[in-house]
Amino acid sequence: MRTLKLLVVLVVAITTTAFTIKSDGTGYKVGDVATDFSLMNIDGKMVSLADFTDARGFIVIFTCNTCPYAVAYEDRIEALNKKYADKGYPVVAIMPNDTDIKPGDNMEAMKARAKAKGFTFPYLMDEGQEIYPQYGATKTPHVYILQKEKEGNVVKYIGAIDDNYKDAAQVNTKYVENAVDALLDGKSIEVDQTRAIGCSIKVKS
Amino acid sequence: MKRILFIVLVSLLSCKNETAKVEKDSAAVVEEDVVNLNAQSEIDLRIYDYDGLEPLINKSDDNVHVVNFWATWCAPCVKELPYFETINEKYADQNVEVLLVSLDFPRNYDSKLKPFMIKHGLKSEVVAFDDVDQNRWIPAINENWTGALPATIIYKGDKRNFYEQSFTLEELETELQQFLTP
Repeated sequence: MRTLKLLVVLVVAITTTAFTIKSDGTGYKVGDVATDFSLMNIDGKMVSLADFTDARGFIVIFTCNTCPYAVAYEDRIEALNKKYADKGYPVVAIMPNDTDIKPGDNMEAMKARAKAKGFTFPYLMDEGQEIYPQYGATKTPHVYILQKEKEGNVVKYIGAIDDNYKDAAQVNTKYVENAVDALLDGKSIEVDQTRAIGCSIKVKS
Repeated sequence: MKRILFIVLVSLLSCKNETAKVEKDSAAVVEEDVVNLNAQSEIDLRIYDYDGLEPLINKSDDNVHVVNFWATWCAPCVKELPYFETINEKYADQNVEVLLVSLDFPRNYDSKLKPFMIKHGLKSEVVAFDDVDQNRWIPAINENWTGALPATIIYKGDKRNFYEQSFTLEELETELQQFLTP
């Protein structure tokens, strides 16, 4: 039965991935079901959300090596994974940039950065740049918190990690932590959408 | 109250700038740095939070205002910057004013932003924007802005367009034309 369920999920995931054309730039809103994907991790293995059988949801973060805002948040992203992976909400980081335009974001550079910073979360390459437009990510860093529900991984929060990119010590509101804490407590998320400056995702023109 | 606070802040900032200038001028610097430092101290970089920036991007005069949000670390911004410089010069006699709003981090004002302004000889007005409460001012600047750089506003009076995109010179001129009176 379990296998059948998994198979159904897998088929749904594959068909949605295969048949969803590049989005018109609108992307997901809170409440939408997010697509799964199969993207290469820095260890050379392919990673899908469906692989995380024990997860209750995900903190999907579009991020990269080369954006100063993304760099400013590296330690905080790692801290999020340390805090929430065991509670069922692992961080899944996706690098969305075209690496011809940003060679500093290529797989080798991603590996080096992850090693230097001791990332414990998967750091995936959006090869072909087909996933980030479906989510509607426009910049790095850009967070989507998903919760596993019957119909799939439902988007619960979109936006920034917190309200101070400059200084983690000066943060007043930890948007992502508040959102995940609310999900863990079965409460509704107070602020489910925020905005922050980031680097535009690099595509060939 | 906010206004008073802002005025106090601005005067504090300008005082600070003055002292910084004096210090720089009198500092004993290595010879090859003298030219660069002197040039830098000539730059009177004004730094604003959102309350300070707001009036600058909502002027109700008859001019066409082109406001570009950029940063020295943002490659597509740097690429399109010359186009803003071009229109600033080319359309100056048609009352077009360009304002370049830098989102460089404050720690990089002296090390990156000012040297960049000198190196590229920027003629358009440049101001620095430093306000961490992005979730407040991004939607205030434009409801549709997701927060990606570069971003540009073109406005005249009540007519206002917002662009979360990079421009070619042609594209920028095409957009600008809508605001110019024939």
